[in-house]
Formats: sequence, C-alpha cells, structure tokens
Amino acid sequence: MRVRGGHEIDRRTPIRFTFDGRVIEGFQGDTVASALMAAGVRLVGRSFKYHRPRGLVTAGSDEPNALVTTGQGAEQRPNTRATMQEIWPGLEVQSQNRWPSLSIDAMAVNDLVSPFLGAGFYYKTFMWPRSFWEKVYEPAIRRAAGLGALSGDSAADRSERAFAHCDLLVIGAGPTGLMAALTAARAGADVILADENTRPGGRLLSERIEVGDEPGAEWAARAAAELAAMPNVRILSRTTVTGAYDGGTFGALERVALHAAPGAAPPECFWRIAARRAVLAAGALERSIAFPSNDRPGILMAGAARSYLHRWGVTPGKRVAIFGNNSDIYRTAKDLSAAGVEIAFVADTRPGESGKGDWPVFQDARVVATRGRRGLSGIKLDHSGGTAQLRADALLVAGGWNPAVHLTCHMNGRPVWDEAIAAFVPAPGAVPGLIAAGAAAGRFSTAACLADGVRAAGEALEELGYSLRGRPDLPEAEDAPYDITPLWTVKAPGRAWLDLQNDVTTKDVRQAAQENMTSVEHMKRYTTQGMATDQGKGSNVQALAVLADATGRGIAATGTTTFRPPYVPVPIGAMGAGARGEGFAPRRLSPTHAACVARGAPMIEAGLWMRPSYFPRDGERDWRESCDREVGHVRHAAGVADVSTLGKIDVQGPDAGRFLDFVYANGMSGLAPGRVRYGLMLREDGHVMDDGTAARLGDAHFLVSTTTAAAAQVMAHMEFVQQAYLPDLDVAFSSVTDAWAQFAVAGPRARDLLDRVLDRPVSWDGWPFMSCGDVSVGGVPGRLFRISFSGELGYEIAVPARYGGALFEALVARAEDMGGGAYGMEAMNVLRLEKGFLTHAEMHGRVTAFDIGLQGMLSAKKDFIGKGAAARPGLLDATRERLVGLRAVEPEDRIVAGAHLFGETGSEGYVTSAGFSPTLGGFIGLGFLRNGPERYGERLILKDRLRRIEAKVDVVAPGPFDPEGGRMRG
Amino acid sequence: MRIECPHCGERDLREFTYRGHALALSRPSEGASAEEWDDFLHNRDNPAGATQDLWRHDPCGAWLVAERSTTTHQVRATRAVRGGEA
Repeated sequence: MRVRGGHEIDRRTPIRFTFDGRVIEGFQGDTVASALMAAGVRLVGRSFKYHRPRGLVTAGSDEPNALVTTGQGAEQRPNTRATMQEIWPGLEVQSQNRWPSLSIDAMAVNDLVSPFLGAGFYYKTFMWPRSFWEKVYEPAIRRAAGLGALSGDSAADRSERAFAHCDLLVIGAGPTGLMAALTAARAGADVILADENTRPGGRLLSERIEVGDEPGAEWAARAAAELAAMPNVRILSRTTVTGAYDGGTFGALERVALHAAPGAAPPECFWRIAARRAVLAAGALERSIAFPSNDRPGILMAGAARSYLHRWGVTPGKRVAIFGNNSDIYRTAKDLSAAGVEIAFVADTRPGESGKGDWPVFQDARVVATRGRRGLSGIKLDHSGGTAQLRADALLVAGGWNPAVHLTCHMNGRPVWDEAIAAFVPAPGAVPGLIAAGAAAGRFSTAACLADGVRAAGEALEELGYSLRGRPDLPEAEDAPYDITPLWTVKAPGRAWLDLQNDVTTKDVRQAAQENMTSVEHMKRYTTQGMATDQGKGSNVQALAVLADATGRGIAATGTTTFRPPYVPVPIGAMGAGARGEGFAPRRLSPTHAACVARGAPMIEAGLWMRPSYFPRDGERDWRESCDREVGHVRHAAGVADVSTLGKIDVQGPDAGRFLDFVYANGMSGLAPGRVRYGLMLREDGHVMDDGTAARLGDAHFLVSTTTAAAAQVMAHMEFVQQAYLPDLDVAFSSVTDAWAQFAVAGPRARDLLDRVLDRPVSWDGWPFMSCGDVSVGGVPGRLFRISFSGELGYEIAVPARYGGALFEALVARAEDMGGGAYGMEAMNVLRLEKGFLTHAEMHGRVTAFDIGLQGMLSAKKDFIGKGAAARPGLLDATRERLVGLRAVEPEDRIVAGAHLFGETGSEGYVTSAGFSPTLGGFIGLGFLRNGPERYGERLILKDRLRRIEAKVDVVAPGPFDPEGGRMRG
Repeated sequence: MRIECPHCGERDLREFTYRGHALALSRPSEGASAEEWDDFLHNRDNPAGATQDLWRHDPCGAWLVAERSTTTHQVRATRAVRGGEA
C-alpha cells in the first residue's frame, strides 16, 4: 500500500509494467518489489523445494524469495531479484518455480510430504537402483525443485567488461563510505566509490536520521554531489563489488541499463578494479528469527520495511506487527506510525524492555504461530503476561544485524565472533589492503560510521603516502547504543525456517547434528543451508546458532562456512562479456583471404588462422575431386599455395648464428649467406618441439620459419633461451609473421611460372636447392627461397604483406593458364604425405628425433637445447614407437588418422596422418609403430573401432614417392 | 593477482604466462650426468610458502622470476631473468 514520502520515486511519472501478465502501475524510481508491495501483491514466488508461497523479505540484493524472470527470448533473465530490478515502461516480469500459476501451484504437494524430504533426503532416498539416478530421479527432482529457466535462445551478447585502477576503492556509499571517499578525495587520492543502489546514501536513505542539521538523505546527496564534481573521483552507482582477489583486484558488477528498456547501452558491465587500497563500507544485513511459520508472505525484515517506507513510500500492510530482540523494533513502530500505518503490537523478546508509543507492547514475547493461507492474517504470541491471538497483515522482524563481512572472507579470511553485538565481524587484515569500516566492521551508530569512514580512509592514505589535508569535519549524528539480547529461534511446535531459498528448517539443522554432521561445513552440505543463490545471507548465522545449540559448543567455536565470490550472482554473459566467438578466439586472416573466399574455397581453422581447404571448380562433386586435381597441378604443371601463416622470426646480430646453434639441434652458424637449411628444435626434455627452415639472408641476418601452430610457442621459447642462458650474445629477434606474404610455387613448371611475375629474369642455375636471395616483383622488393614441402621443384616467394593479395592473384591466374592452379590444405597434406614430410600430427609432443628417424641431425659438436635429455637410453630404445609409412593393400581400403595398427601382439602402433594419393592410386599414411623402421614390408591390420574401419596395410618407408628426391633437387 | 614486469611495471595476471620453478635457470652443463638432468627436468619441491616462479610477460616478451608465496599468492618481488635486479 502506498503512503506518504519516498525519496526514490517521482510521483509525477507513473510507469506500467506486467507481473505474470497483470498490469501493475508504479512510479519512476520504484523497484519491482516496491511497486508490487504498493499494489498489494504479497505472493511473489514459490520456494525451491516445497513450493511454499513466499513474499518479499528484504529490500536489497540479499532477497531470498522474490526471484523473478524478466524479458523474453534472448533478453530473458532468470533469477532477477525483484528488490534490485527497477521498473520501466513495458517491463515484463514473470514469477518462477510454479505451475500452472503462482497462486495455484501443483507442486505444492511437495509441502505435504515434506516429512519425507528433510535434510539429506537426496542422499538417503534416491540411492537405489543406481541406474535410476540419471534417468528418473534427477530429472524429476530438477522439474520439481527449481529456479528460473533460460529461454534457450542465444543470449544477446551486449554486456561489457571494463578495467579500472585507483588509489582507494570505497565499497558502499552509506555514511561510512561517503566519509571515507570525502576524506580520500580531498587529500587528492584517486577514488572509486562503488555502491549497489541507484543513489548514494545507504541506510541514510532508509531511516529517519539527522546528519549535522539536515536529514541524512539530504546530507548524503550533498556529499555525493561534492564527490561527483571532483576530477579524482569516480562514482559507480548500481554497482555491486562481487569479489576480492589477489593483489588488490576486485570484481564488480554494474547494472548499466537494466533499469530501462533494452537499447544501445549494455545491460551490465563487469569491472575488474585494481585498487592500491580499499575500504569495505558495505554495511550490515538484517537477520530474522526462526519462529514457526515464519515464511508466510507478509513477514519481512523490519529494516526492509523502513526502506520501503522511506525510499518508496510503501508499507507492507495496513495493520503491522513488529517482533524483535533489539531496539530497532521501536524505531520501526515510530516510523510506520508517523506515516499513518496502524501498529498492531510490538513484541519485544527481551524481558523488562519497553519503548513508548500508542501501541501495545509485549515483553519477553515469542511469536509461536502465524495464520494466513497465501499471506499473513494473524499471529499467536506468548509473552510475560500470557498468550495473545492478534490480527495483523504484516509482521516485521528485527533479529539483529550481521556486518557484511563477505568480501573479507574471499581470500580465506575467517570472521571473528563478537559477543557484544552477537555477530561475526571481519578479521583485520583478512584481505591485504582492505580495511573494514562502519557497520561492516560492527560499528552500528551513524556517528560511529561517519567517524570510522574518516579513520579507515586516513589509514589507507597514510599507507599510500598522502598527507591528510582538507579532512572533513565530522557532522553530528545519532550515537545510540546497539541494544541486542540475541534470540535465534523460538521453541514451539511447527516448522521454523532458516534458509528460505533452499527451504531449510531448524529441524533440518538439528537432524544434521543428530546424524553427526556436527562440523559446520558438513551441516551446510547435508541440509543445503546457505547453498542457494543468496549464499544464506539472511540465515547462516541463525543456522550456526541452532547447530551450536544442538552440539553445545557455542557459536564462536562452531565457526562459519566459507563465503566465496561472487557476493551476488554474476551472469556468465557479464563476466565473460566480449569473449564469445571471435572475441574468445580472434580470427587471423592471411592477405589472400578475400581472394580464396572469392574462389569458393572453404576456409578452415589452423590455430587462429583461416586457411583454404581446397579450391572447387565447376563440375567437381566433392572435395576429393578438387584435392586430387590440385595434387595433379603440382605433380604435373605448377601449383600455388599460400604459406603466409607459417611463423617467421627475423633473427639479427653478430651472434645470430651462435644463438641458432643453441636453439636448433643441428648446426646453423656454418650456413653460408644465401643458403637455407632444414632445422629441428627440441624441448629440453629431448622431445621434438618444432621444425622449419633457417635462411641466412646475410652474415648477421637469419630468417627462421616455424609451423603455423607453433609460431608463438617457438618465439617464447627463443626468448627464454636467450634471456636465461645466452644473455651476453649480441642477437635480437622479432616475429615478422604478419609482415610478409609468402607463397609456395611448386611443380615441374614452377620456374616458368615465376619467370612470368618476376621483374628481372633469374639465372635458375644460380638458385640451387636450399638457396635464397632477393628478387623484385612488380617493382616490389621480395625474397625467393628454393625450398619444397611437396617434393617437386619448388620455391617460396615472399613480398610485404600488403602486396600479398595481388601477387597471389597474379600467380594463380598464370598458373591456370599453364594447366595448374591454386592448391589448398588438403592437397598440401597429400603432397607431403607422398613425400613423408612431417607436421604436428607427427610431432605431437611425445616423439623424439630418434622416433622420426632424424637422430643423425643432432649435432655432436655443440651443446643445444634438449641434447642432454635426448641421449637418455630410454629415448633411444629401438622398441619405441617409431615413424613408418603406410599403404593400403586393397585399392578400395581407407587409412584413417587415429586408427590402431594391430600385429601379432595386439595394438603395436597408430596412424597419425592419412590421405588418398592420386599419384600412387591408393590410400597412404604415416604412423608410429614399435620397432618401426625394422618392419618395412610387414602387413598389419588397421582398426578404427569408432568409425568401424578395418583394412590391411603394408608398412613402408615414409615418403614412397620419388624417394631419391630427384624431382625436388633437380 | 598482479605481477610487476621489470620493464613495463605492475600488470594483471592475465598478461603473463607461467612456466614453472626458476630452477629451470640452472641448466646443467654439457656432459652432465643423467641424474643431474633428471633433477633439472623433473624433480621439484612443493613448498608451502615462498617459491620462485618463472613468468613471461607476453606483451613485451620479458621472462622474469617472481618470488611468490604458494599459501597467500603474494608476489613479494620480481626480477628480469636477464641481468635484472629485484
């Protein structure tokens, strides 16, 4: 019901939204919760397990009951706290976990059988038969017990992530946080003030409190305005700091545009804030008292009721009762009464206490029962003078305040029990650089909070070396003592609820203790207390008290469970914002990408690169036909392939040769300028890391190539080797992969093709196999290497990347005139298989130079990375799985990578690469086989049981085509 | 977690790649025994407390040694692998 006041709402701007299809009218500034309360809606959700009717309990992010779904389709957001969702015109809100409707929920039958669903029922009931768990029990439980659902549509990926740095992060903008921020800002520090609510002020917005000579809310607005005007202050509103991490890093979730219709602004932003110091001024959370039927809609926290009253001008009922164990009950009665709300009674659990007012006050009182089917209608009370049955439509509970210690526990800190306030307070220094202050540190009066904010900021500033100037004067404020006599539970018949979100009762906790789950962590897992999305913010301490009572240990000795980040649920879409698709794995495109796509080539991933698979032509029915044709181009005319994606590292300096000698297993310093050498790199453990070529462009200038996938790894490896082992060598290197476009030109007519694009004729006799030099193409300086990965007469020509597209088009057009053309990854693979050349399919990290028959490349004349380990006897054992070539015996049989090679003793090896060789007229492959090279000529059975392939294969030497290499070297 | 790159200053953990214990810097000389290589390659302590890690600052390519506590994740100091001071 709406009453006077409410400084968050603008009564001139009504706003309509829908709740389960029903149109609700609120005002600008309302939350879904305050608007529903104003409209008299009390039933807002059904509980997780028993589907009990539930209403609003809090006014903040700790709300356990009022979880709703907003939006539809890609914009659908389940488990939104109605207390945090501001309304906007056209907002669609749905209640959750009910069928067919919120008021008639068929699954409420769970509540009737609740004696069978108590603590540990999952573990006890659904044990047998085992096979039923996945197929019967779990799906049934998931249907019956649940939260909101996703639409199944791909979520609109519109959230953002952001990074920020500051001297001081102030978490919370209540009296403590505002004073801390003012103190630090006036001293010149770079300040970020993050606050969960729409506007700064914290509890000052929710109470009738004077600060100085003005209302607290006005003081807060003035302080915030001063801060907002300062260039060294950033205020993040609607921003919840969700986690404290190593090194002063904090996570924070900003609700950027959830308070408006979806538009251009991102709905949420996940911040990573690196703060040199931080002040935790997150305040405190009010807790309940566990009395029978304390979960009826209409029963909520007294502090929440004051928030609803002062912030939004609404009351939870027309005739409200108040029950509590501290002086907040009288403050609540006064505030509501002043707004014209009838106070049914005030029930004080303490004997001999009594505040003044025009309402009945019961002392030593206990609520022992409540009535009302879908909302509270009556209350039964035991008190010092007997019992009473009273009518009320709302019951406000004040069970005391728990400091919001959560962030101080995120790095394994344990809060400390403070008997004086009957609550856990942060352990000092639990998070390095984070100072808890104000209510979050257990100091509850407004005056204490204001002073503590100055103190905490002062400590932080001193550590940062700021001199304290312009320190704000402390305004006058109430300094009333916090007068609590803890009462956790009311012992009376009936179920008394602790964790409202997971439906945990005091009986469940006692039962856990009885079944020897006496450790707090065991109790938590057995009962699921505190394991819901609110992490038991409003119920954990009561549950600990019940456990302490049941075990006779006391609360301090019982201890707490571990609070973990995030403090509030963070959507994965916000935490991982921008990291979907290409944001997760960026695509690297070669200079020829557009030309390849224009030719219809399917592009496939090779690491982050996209490479052409094959170039289809009219009339070709499948990729194999295209591939076979492209192999023919190279074997019979001239083919052109883009090899720009291979890693290129430019190595320069007088000691470049010595450096490469140490990185490569074979020698490089003896290479003459103008020559190219194949090189093998090992890891220090003696296994092959990568292979490639090193071209000596000048005395002090090498160009090293790596495989496409290993380029980054090789670069990091070379940096490590130089910095760690060879710091005194005069050598420098840099990745130039993206700087050069490079094309393989291969085939019997390769020279003819190159002659057609080179500016000046080349004396081919002067370019023997494995030589290199400068050329000119269309007036552009380029490089030419005579190397071959196809086994044909082959060259690779390189030009600066921006000319790559043009050169590729020119080469391919001329090749096509000559009966050749472009070839893709598939043909490249077949060509190299025919020659027995290796890729990372073979150099998969578990093979040595010995295994691939390159033991002879390991230099005896010098030390190199991997030399020591490569000599270990186990790595030179002839029975190791070693490289072999394979040929299918029957022309129609396939060889597939991943298949096993079966001999007399079972699986004796495996296939790493395979393909159809049009040149040899059958399937060929490479693989590893025990004693491999000693077994050429053997016939084995190939089996792939996944793809149901079985074939006879002959073991042959790798590279059956032109084994002498005459075509390549000629 | 934040780590100080000797060249670039303090940066977020995600700019760094981890490589293991700084023992990898003490490479046995050529001809060392199999036992020495075994130690160098495979045997590592698992301390609860101070340790020395190798990290690479990916944007600048610098390798560095971080003195880190395995129990608190606190990075006490860093130095460049190449001739760097803490």
